[in-house]
Amino acid sequence: MYPENFRYTKEHEWVLAEGGTGTVGITDHAQHELGDIVYVDLPKVGTQLEAGKSLGSVESVKAVSDIYSPVSGEIIEINESLADAPEKLNSDPHGAAWLVKMRLSNPEELQNLMSAADYQSYIGAEK
Amino acid sequence: MIKKVTTHLSQNEALLFERSSPGKKAYQLPELDVPAVDAAEALGAENVRQEIDGFPEVSEVEAIRHFTRLSTWNYAIDYGMYPLGSCTMKYNPRINEVAARTEGLAWAHPYQPEALSQGCMQVMEALEVALAEICGMDAVTLQPAAGAHGELTGILLIRALLEKRGNPRKKILIPDSAHGTNPATAAIAGYAVENIKSSETGGVDLGALEQLVTGDVAALMVTNPNTLGVFENNIVRVAEILHKKGAMLYMDGANMNALVGIARPGDFGVDVMHLNLHKTFSTPHGGGGPGAGPVAVKKVLEPFLPTPRLKRSGKKLTFDYKRKQSIGRVKAYYGNFGVLVRALAYILAHGGPGLKNATMDAVLNAIYIRKELEAYYDLPYQSPSMHEVVFSDDRQAKLGVRTGDIAKRLIDYGFHPYTVSFPMIVHGALMIEPTETEGKLEIDSFVDAMISIAKEIETDPQMVKNAPYNTRTSRVDEVTAARKPVLRWKPA
Amino acid sequence: MLEACGVSTPEELFAHLPDAVRLNRPLNLAPGISEYEIVQYFRDRAAECANGYASFLGAGVYQHFRPVLVDTVVSRGEFLTSYTPYQAEIAQGTLTTIFEFQTMICQLTGMDVANASMYDGSTAVPEAAMMAVRATGKGRVLVAKSVHPEYREVLATFAKYQGMPVAEFGYVAEAGTLDLEDLERQMDGLTGAVIIQTPNFFGIVEQVKAAAEIAHRHGALLVVVFTEAVSLGLLEPPAEADIVAGELQSFAISPSYGGPYAGIIATKEKFIRQMPGRLVGQTTDSRGNRAFCLTLSTREQHIRREKATSNICTNQALIALMATVFMTVYGKQGLRELAEQNLAKAHYLAGKATPRFSGKFFNEFVVRSPGKSPEEINKALLKKKIIGGLPLGRFYPELADSLLLCATEMSKRADMDAVAEVLA
Repeated sequence: MYPENFRYTKEHEWVLAEGGTGTVGITDHAQHELGDIVYVDLPKVGTQLEAGKSLGSVESVKAVSDIYSPVSGEIIEINESLADAPEKLNSDPHGAAWLVKMRLSNPEELQNLMSAADYQSYIGAEK
Repeated sequence: MIKKVTTHLSQNEALLFERSSPGKKAYQLPELDVPAVDAAEALGAENVRQEIDGFPEVSEVEAIRHFTRLSTWNYAIDYGMYPLGSCTMKYNPRINEVAARTEGLAWAHPYQPEALSQGCMQVMEALEVALAEICGMDAVTLQPAAGAHGELTGILLIRALLEKRGNPRKKILIPDSAHGTNPATAAIAGYAVENIKSSETGGVDLGALEQLVTGDVAALMVTNPNTLGVFENNIVRVAEILHKKGAMLYMDGANMNALVGIARPGDFGVDVMHLNLHKTFSTPHGGGGPGAGPVAVKKVLEPFLPTPRLKRSGKKLTFDYKRKQSIGRVKAYYGNFGVLVRALAYILAHGGPGLKNATMDAVLNAIYIRKELEAYYDLPYQSPSMHEVVFSDDRQAKLGVRTGDIAKRLIDYGFHPYTVSFPMIVHGALMIEPTETEGKLEIDSFVDAMISIAKEIETDPQMVKNAPYNTRTSRVDEVTAARKPVLRWKPA
Repeated sequence: MLEACGVSTPEELFAHLPDAVRLNRPLNLAPGISEYEIVQYFRDRAAECANGYASFLGAGVYQHFRPVLVDTVVSRGEFLTSYTPYQAEIAQGTLTTIFEFQTMICQLTGMDVANASMYDGSTAVPEAAMMAVRATGKGRVLVAKSVHPEYREVLATFAKYQGMPVAEFGYVAEAGTLDLEDLERQMDGLTGAVIIQTPNFFGIVEQVKAAAEIAHRHGALLVVVFTEAVSLGLLEPPAEADIVAGELQSFAISPSYGGPYAGIIATKEKFIRQMPGRLVGQTTDSRGNRAFCLTLSTREQHIRREKATSNICTNQALIALMATVFMTVYGKQGLRELAEQNLAKAHYLAGKATPRFSGKFFNEFVVRSPGKSPEEINKALLKKKIIGGLPLGRFYPELADSLLLCATEMSKRADMDAVAEVLA
């Protein structure tokens, strides 16, 4: 369920680092808690973000949740396809429904994030 | 068993645009008694529009049938109890409607000479005086158009006073049980919001408050009784803590229906509050407005009230526009006058003793419902209830049925749902406010329905989860509505 | 019931309240009175107001005939006594009428989407300004002096704590139209909203296209305000605007000494998410039938709390319904005819006076009379049981010698002749 090569946050985001680039999304657990997602608000390409700062938000019919950036860096690409098909976040949160790609400014931050196993026990405990 | 309702024919009806035919009309204008004017010449050809594409064309009888058929698709207080917590859906006396339509009042233009507006101004003065007495406050502005608008006005008043004292401060404290408008208001007034957790009994936690009130805090916004329907017994102490640090106490008057004639916010330390005339003072909700949100203040805040202020000099009433310290205008003209007339009619009809009786009946009804339903629904906060009671769906949730499902099933029983999932400090809240205008017969019928649903959940939870069954419209797909918004009709 | 609650008097239900908070005396309010006495009380108050006067006041509040169907419909308990339509299954009546309202406002204004109504025109203006600021990320607002003065006052109040500086630009002294050169001069890269009104406060039709061109060239949005909705029956819709903020009082809403009225905000598709206020959308129910529900509500305060687009949580459903019935009764043909009658009446009256401005006007215009102050003119008219126009000195010191007059389909020729006589 939770890919081994991802790193996870307590706020239920994931990041996949490849070279100097990180792909960011929300976890399957997050999409399940949110319910049917109807809208995704993403930052502009070029935005500089610090780890832990709000990157955007996802909306279900009756709730809005902030997405926090797991790492620091610059937004280099956003997933435009989510504008017309936010439901992808419910069906494929770890794949096609990635949110943004970032150029990592401080890759060492990845060490502060959870592994797949740690995340799974974290959400188990949360319940 | 469902006793209150049965099915009957419900007329189908297309949208106006789908039932229009060219040339049909429902109006008749008088013959023009002056020469006609060529629009292109008078306005410039480039400024004159083509016909309004898609605008309706129906006959008079089609128009009235259209709206009458649509009206029958609504639930309304006139059909029965509307137990929406914190919304105070009481009966809307029809005398209020007649009063508001009195010709000389309904046709009064806001800029007609003051000498020819004395009656309107007297209505406003009488209402200001009555509301000040009910709230135990010194001055009232009638300008804000609704509760949230009144809230914003109130916070701007606090800001103006603190600024005059040299420091507007930075933060507003808001309990986690508050209405969502409170934080939105604070933010729009330029303040940061700090949440304050409720105590175990659902009130303001005095220890937490002492710690949080610093020189940065402008005010605390409380609702009293709070959204659990519980009176803040420590309210006098709360006010002292704030005042000692130079901060103000703001009260959201949404739940004033529990206090009128019994206790006055001005007497227990509140500095500024708003009222919702469409709740406590019986003006109709009209499917979501209009309302009115007068703000009542202590003397110290009076100089900052919105311009203009009503002023009496001898027998004459005037508007005072020269108020240097005022926060300015929050709305054009003087307020939602037509709503003010309705509220005054309500106050006149009840009088002092009648208003107090209404409060006592409202509280009695809520406590009665609590006693009757306690055995079937979980009551997370045991503190004494005032005008509303908040249950939780904990027991039903174990069988997979949530508060929203119970609410939908209640529709099949012929009632409007209670307030669902609010306040947020109660997990799966069922917030019930009967108001004083329900008699025992209607309340018993509601109680029977709630008990019957509780039993249905024990035996057939899935059935309850798919309710309602008897409405002309079944559960609507809100997800598609939000994902692919269709916000206007377009020709196919 | 008392017994079930374990008390013998209702007073005991309040026994848990601390003594310090209890009101230990009766409210100082007279005892209740009967229905008949209430009717009489308000009739007496009405008798102290203008009765049997003809009036030429406009200035944001217009005296138009209210078709009888309007009160017939809004008096139905199903509309009058229902709550905000959160429970879609039992509120399709209100939801459907709001959807029709949104559609008609789009048709009238040339915008893509309209909300379910705002408090009124004056509060719609700051909401539109804040919306433009959110959409552009630029905080400064430029508003025309020919926008309703009280609307500008409301804008100033709201702007003050939003970090939203507001500056004003002028009108051309001869024509009464926007001073586009002044607008151009005052535009800068920090301005997010340009606000104009058409017909403007002086009744004059503005150059929307030219204002839009300037605003857009500098990266700002154009907000077009209207106070006289009947004008839209005849005037080109402000399609070049990004946001339209208006007042619907003219659509069968009683003047009622200033309220309640209904405002609207309409905009282009791309700004939907920035728009304040309730919205109704079309969808289906679980049986596949067309249904309506409140939608995109995540923009609203009860969900977003301190991050909301606005703190407003009501629309003016019943008042918007009045406007909906009005638009239905007049329809495509009638609204135009009604507007033509207003135009004809105002131009008849203006033909007998000397309008101060040369700009093209709809049903209001500014006049001055040599040797007579506006106050003197009004005083002379009152003797003839006519309420004259609005003396403009109160809002525009430079126009202290001028009066704003309005004629509608309800203005009688004989009364207009009487006004002309006094003005002469």
